[in-house]
Amino acid sequence: MNEPQITPDLIAAHGLKPDEYDRILEIIGREPTFTELGIFSAMWNEHCSYKSSKKWLRTLHTKGDQVICGPGENAGVVDIGDGQAVVFKMESHNHPSYIEPHQGAATGVGGILRDVFTMGARPIAAMDSLSFGMPDHPKTSHIVKGVVEGVGSYGNCFGVPNVGGEVRFHPSYNGNCLVNAFAAGLADADKIFYSAASGIGMPVVYLGAKTGRDGVGGATMASAEFDDTIEEKRPTVQVGDPFTEKCLLEACLELMQTGAVISIQDMGAAGLTCSAVEMGDKGGLGVKLQLDSVPQREVDMTAYEMMLSESQERMLMVLNPEKEDEARAIFEKWDLDFAIVGETIAEDRFLIIHGNEVKADLPLSKLSSEAPEYDRPWVETPAAGAAPELPEIGAIDALRALIGSPNYADKSWVYEQYDTQVMGDTVRRPGLGAGVVRVHGTEKALAFTADVTPRYVKANPYQGGKQAVAEAYRNLTAVGAKPLATTDNLNFGNPEKPEIMGQFVGAIKGIDAAVRALDMPIVSGNVSLYNETDGTGILPTPTIGAVGLLNSLDELIAGLPQAGDVAMVIGETNGHLAQSALAFEAFGIEAGDAPEVDLEAEKRNGEFLRDNRALVKGATDLADGGLALAAFEMAEAAGIGVTLDADDIATLFGEDQARYLVVCSFDQAEALMVEARKAEVTLTTVGRFGGDTVSFGSDSAPLAELSDLYRSAFKAAVEG
Amino acid sequence: MKAAVITFPGSNCDRDLSVAFAQAGAEVVKVWHKETEIPAGVDIIGVPGGFSYGDYLRCGAIASRSPIGQAVADFAARGGYVIGICNGFQVLTEMQLLPGALMRNAGLKFVSKPLALRVATTESAFTSGYEPGQEIVIPVAHHDGNYQIDAEGLARLEGEDRVAFRYVENPNGSVDDIAGVLSENRRVLGMMPHPERAIENAQGGADGAALFRALTQVLETA
Repeated sequence: MNEPQITPDLIAAHGLKPDEYDRILEIIGREPTFTELGIFSAMWNEHCSYKSSKKWLRTLHTKGDQVICGPGENAGVVDIGDGQAVVFKMESHNHPSYIEPHQGAATGVGGILRDVFTMGARPIAAMDSLSFGMPDHPKTSHIVKGVVEGVGSYGNCFGVPNVGGEVRFHPSYNGNCLVNAFAAGLADADKIFYSAASGIGMPVVYLGAKTGRDGVGGATMASAEFDDTIEEKRPTVQVGDPFTEKCLLEACLELMQTGAVISIQDMGAAGLTCSAVEMGDKGGLGVKLQLDSVPQREVDMTAYEMMLSESQERMLMVLNPEKEDEARAIFEKWDLDFAIVGETIAEDRFLIIHGNEVKADLPLSKLSSEAPEYDRPWVETPAAGAAPELPEIGAIDALRALIGSPNYADKSWVYEQYDTQVMGDTVRRPGLGAGVVRVHGTEKALAFTADVTPRYVKANPYQGGKQAVAEAYRNLTAVGAKPLATTDNLNFGNPEKPEIMGQFVGAIKGIDAAVRALDMPIVSGNVSLYNETDGTGILPTPTIGAVGLLNSLDELIAGLPQAGDVAMVIGETNGHLAQSALAFEAFGIEAGDAPEVDLEAEKRNGEFLRDNRALVKGATDLADGGLALAAFEMAEAAGIGVTLDADDIATLFGEDQARYLVVCSFDQAEALMVEARKAEVTLTTVGRFGGDTVSFGSDSAPLAELSDLYRSAFKAAVEG
Repeated sequence: MKAAVITFPGSNCDRDLSVAFAQAGAEVVKVWHKETEIPAGVDIIGVPGGFSYGDYLRCGAIASRSPIGQAVADFAARGGYVIGICNGFQVLTEMQLLPGALMRNAGLKFVSKPLALRVATTESAFTSGYEPGQEIVIPVAHHDGNYQIDAEGLARLEGEDRVAFRYVENPNGSVDDIAGVLSENRRVLGMMPHPERAIENAQGGADGAALFRALTQVLETA
């Protein structure tokens, strides 16, 4: 078959810059073949190589006694005691989801689940952090419906409970939605599987679904900005088959029991190319692939297409040859493909053979070690100016502005489309703070949360980065969990713009400071850059996914208020309204600085709450929307009224950090006060629960009326 | 009591159903879809929820024609007890062990939430642990739970007291709010809600436990 000539246009179409192409010529000393060009473009695009971000990712705090495996593998692995580990990661599928919302989101979920079970862990929880354009933007409704349906269709069929996440709307996502999918699994700490190949002449085995032309070039697409040719990119989006993935999960977990697996890697972005190079590179070996043996779904596929296909539900493994029959039988049982497609070799080569022809012959280690790495120029984000005074607004009207917005309205429209209870261990469903899942067969439980406040990050990347971690810490703490570790999904605009790179650097520094101070090391993550449309970037959105541990369900704080209970706030209230939810939702104002995050206070207040869990019925963190929103949500969930003494907007809606709203009985409240004095923690009684109205100072409204608004606003916004 | 739980490729509630049977004191055996016989001594077969064969073609359609399908039908024909939950209910209607069909939810969306059900009859091994008319809370999670049957069939179901559960608030458009139905001999139950997800308080409610307890009692003494 004739392969295209390598021309400057073809090189550019592969997303390779002229100097990057020169580097290829230098490495191989000749012009690459078409297949080789494809392989380089797959390995060196932003999505796979992290070329703009690597320098900064290295600075992140990734260590701790609890960490079994930090970043660099398919997912992070964290010790939870008793010989067990939690394996988790979050990853974006932003660009595909904008192009084809249902399949883009579905395959995002599929990819992250595969990352988790590749390591030998059974997925036990999923979450999704979703950012959409404004509801009145012509594309938003279609994207929201498609993404939510896609997330649900994959996770529901696969059979993993969805236990939390975020949904936000902001005009900066009008042309570029974000879909960040999180998954966590459970494994025995001494039975974790890694990707490094070992042994020479070991069979390389292809597992799972057949290879088609779907997704060819997807990783390159995900590393570019969008423009008006976007509709032409639809064929680069893969199609998911959660049924096959469920079978692949069961087959892989069975296979791992047999001792057949030397190393294993899922085929994600840039499929066969990335997975084979990763296994060889980590093991210091070369890999030879015989593409004629690759199970194919379509006829006449070229080497180029097979190497770049992003067909889903596939794995690559290095097999212990003594166990071949046993391994093959398991895949036959599950009706999945099992094909030996190559072998490990001693030389540092990536050798691709198809139809008796050598299609690629490259120095394997150089595909990753020589990948470009940029120290992109960046400028510090200028200090935010002063925030204007907000116009006058009544306290209840202010609450209406929040709960009538899809950003702060009840999200059951979303999570009722997700199976939240399959596997029978969901202790706390989505809706209020962190999700909690019991460790099957034990009394222990894991808590999960995903958080970021992009407005803060834009105003002040450093504080915003810290805040995302601090909010995750608080959400875990509020259910009684001890925060363990973190995964970060860093979504930013074009890193070639110094101000965007400055946001990235600032956020990384903030995240690093917070995960150090709060002992929540980063164990996995993903970077998504070029989230821009026609030159306009998204709000910087470094989503933080975090996991916490409850040693026993007795430690769970999940109660709801009853009439007569006292509302108390842990932490200091100063009334920071700049960049607040209220300023944006009521007045469209996004100005001023983000609230400052005092990490010492975060730690002190969090430990105080965990130490005194016996004195608290229920707790929630105070985040955007402040005390008023948190108190309303608690009361609404319990179906009773609430009275807050404060009537000034700053106290009610200010977004000072390191705070929790706790619900105590009268006796508990007294005792908690005593403990707070001892611990030198600020604890303030702010009101009480009961009745059927929501009262802020002298302003009030019936709970039922507010509840109707809160429960209907999301649907009204997205269904019109 | 010995319970067999069928695993189809794509079943994802087989473990949960096994846990529920075991918690009620049953011995549980898992049966793979490629097998052709139900193990000896089995008192009840559980057909679990999930997406058997991906729910391709029609929910439950392929499973109903699977190798183990015939064995389940034979077991039921001999008067054996069978419970099908969610996808299992769809399988049992496709096998025509139960009348009617499960269509796409009226709202066209997947619906997942704990829901109130009313126990419509206590005259069965499955429901004898409840009070007549008792309201219980059991989670649903399905895309195709809209139970439909022709007028004649419905009249027969009601005339023979074979509606097992009704939704207090109908989530999916099911005719007459039907959430679960019994076979003519009252030994086969199909229901869309998941009682196996409500067997202990840590799950947010334990109203499903009585179903498995009652089954064990009836079948132990049978």
